Amino acid sequence: MSSLSAASLIPVPFRTIVYREVHRFFIVINQTLLAPVISAVLYLFIFGFSLGDRFGSFHGYSYLNFLVPGLVMMGLVNNSFQNPSSSLMISKFEGNIVDILMAPIGHVEIVLGYMLGGMFRGLLVGSSILAVSCFLALPPFSHPLYLVTVALCSSALFSLFGIVAGIWAEKFDDLAMFPTFIITPLTYLGGVFYSISILPPVWRKVSLLNPLLYMINALRFGFLGVSDVNPYWSLAALVLLDLALFSLCLAMLRSGYRLRK
Amino acid sequence: MTSISLPDPAVPALEVRDVTKEYGAVRALAGITLSIPRGELFGLLGPNGAGKSTLINIVAGLVRRTSGDVRVFGYDVERDYRTTRALVGAVPQELVYDHFFTVRQTLRIQSGYYGLTRNGEWVEELLQRLELKAHENKTIRELSGGMKRRLLVAKAMVHRPAVLILDEPTAGVDVALRRSLWDLVRQVHAEGTTVVLTTHYLDEAEELCERVGIIHQGAFVALDRKEALMQQIHHRCVTLEFSTSISRLPAELEELGGKLSGDGMRATVHVDRNDASLQRLLSTVGRGEIPIKDFQVHGAGLEDVFLQLTSEPGRKTGQVASQAAP
Repeated sequence: MSSLSAASLIPVPFRTIVYREVHRFFIVINQTLLAPVISAVLYLFIFGFSLGDRFGSFHGYSYLNFLVPGLVMMGLVNNSFQNPSSSLMISKFEGNIVDILMAPIGHVEIVLGYMLGGMFRGLLVGSSILAVSCFLALPPFSHPLYLVTVALCSSALFSLFGIVAGIWAEKFDDLAMFPTFIITPLTYLGGVFYSISILPPVWRKVSLLNPLLYMINALRFGFLGVSDVNPYWSLAALVLLDLALFSLCLAMLRSGYRLRK
Repeated sequence: MTSISLPDPAVPALEVRDVTKEYGAVRALAGITLSIPRGELFGLLGPNGAGKSTLINIVAGLVRRTSGDVRVFGYDVERDYRTTRALVGAVPQELVYDHFFTVRQTLRIQSGYYGLTRNGEWVEELLQRLELKAHENKTIRELSGGMKRRLLVAKAMVHRPAVLILDEPTAGVDVALRRSLWDLVRQVHAEGTTVVLTTHYLDEAEELCERVGIIHQGAFVALDRKEALMQQIHHRCVTLEFSTSISRLPAELEELGGKLSGDGMRATVHVDRNDASLQRLLSTVGRGEIPIKDFQVHGAGLEDVFLQLTSEPGRKTGQVASQAAP
């Protein structure tokens, strides 16, 4: 029996989509990698160094340590979302989406290809923010396996969300709604910069409705071992949301929604 | 050629049966039926908005039919979409491109979408044939309009499709490129590929295609071999040029509706080859009453057929002018 390399077992069209998605964002690396890392470093300087002393400690950690997981998650979700959403939108705008639509590629391959491309960018940005942050405040990495699982599931979730948005959006203005009105507010209000334990009881309850709160706290649990919410329930919810969005992406592609007339 | 085994040669390369497409209240296709045997070079003509691109896009998988049946080598374009898409290569009408990549990267990615990783020789040949070799490392933005058009053709052929669909491939290209694209189409066709060509340039269809279908308001108004269609136009325009100026045409020519030019050096007469008008014209000329210097007969071209069929006020949609078996 002839031996097969691992790569030969992976369908070529799927590999090609991943290659295209990754190659595409590397071509504009200043915009896709450097910009979010610099933004995160600025947050670290402003909130961590300049204002950090005023906040005291959170769950026994310095504010800088507390801040890093939130910033990593912020970079990770934003970039996981932006890669497939902007890629699909640009392809629709320029018309080259027909290349994928006319090719003999299965729907699962398309979804997984775009998802992996987005995950790669999100994880690369998140890792870069973490790498830079380590020079300022080295987190303890309390639950490394949990940490990696949460990072993978979170980037997958927002990549899938990006696919949904990219298919749904008919113009760039439609797409801009997602980061402006959904992701950024939910991220900022999801405990990137604070623990919900400092909020008044009513707002604490309202915050529990924010899915980003669970993701940020899950990542914080992976790094620091502390969380405002049950980390295992958070992970379970994350996996379920991944499955739900994956199914939604497949259904959109199968129906041809906003892609095939 | 694609690695999919093609069925019995009797199975048409493309079969479209009673296909309709509705966009809300607008009916883009009103029951199209068409069969293209393998190896044919078929021309799809029609005015803007007639439904040509809709039909082609249904075959390519970009548009979903409302009803009817569309098969490529017997495979249904929706149920067996992976097979049919591997068999079809389509050049879209619009200049669509991915500006992030170079020409070579674009062809590499396109090959990958079709599951191909070791088609370097063919890609090289395409680059040569389409005169893109010198531009292979340029990004798409750096290419001229003609080069972009050639790249679209290369992309459509990267997987050696059994059916090549070209939607207005020579729109907006210069004469030299147009000729070279014609040569390429002939070459690909000679190699056994079934070619479906839509075009606005009727001379292009006349030059290249064996059989022609004219779509008007979402239905075929003509579907036949191009020679047979041209035979349907009965009128001929005869131009007479005189060696000296004449003041008046002979009465027989005036009765035929002949018109004399202002300087008296030329006349045009319309005759119908189905009646005696041509005989009357020749008899008049033969008598030597007028000083003939030159004599030209303008026969019917595809353009005349096209204009007649798409502008006849009484013609109903779906009323097909002859429908020869392929």
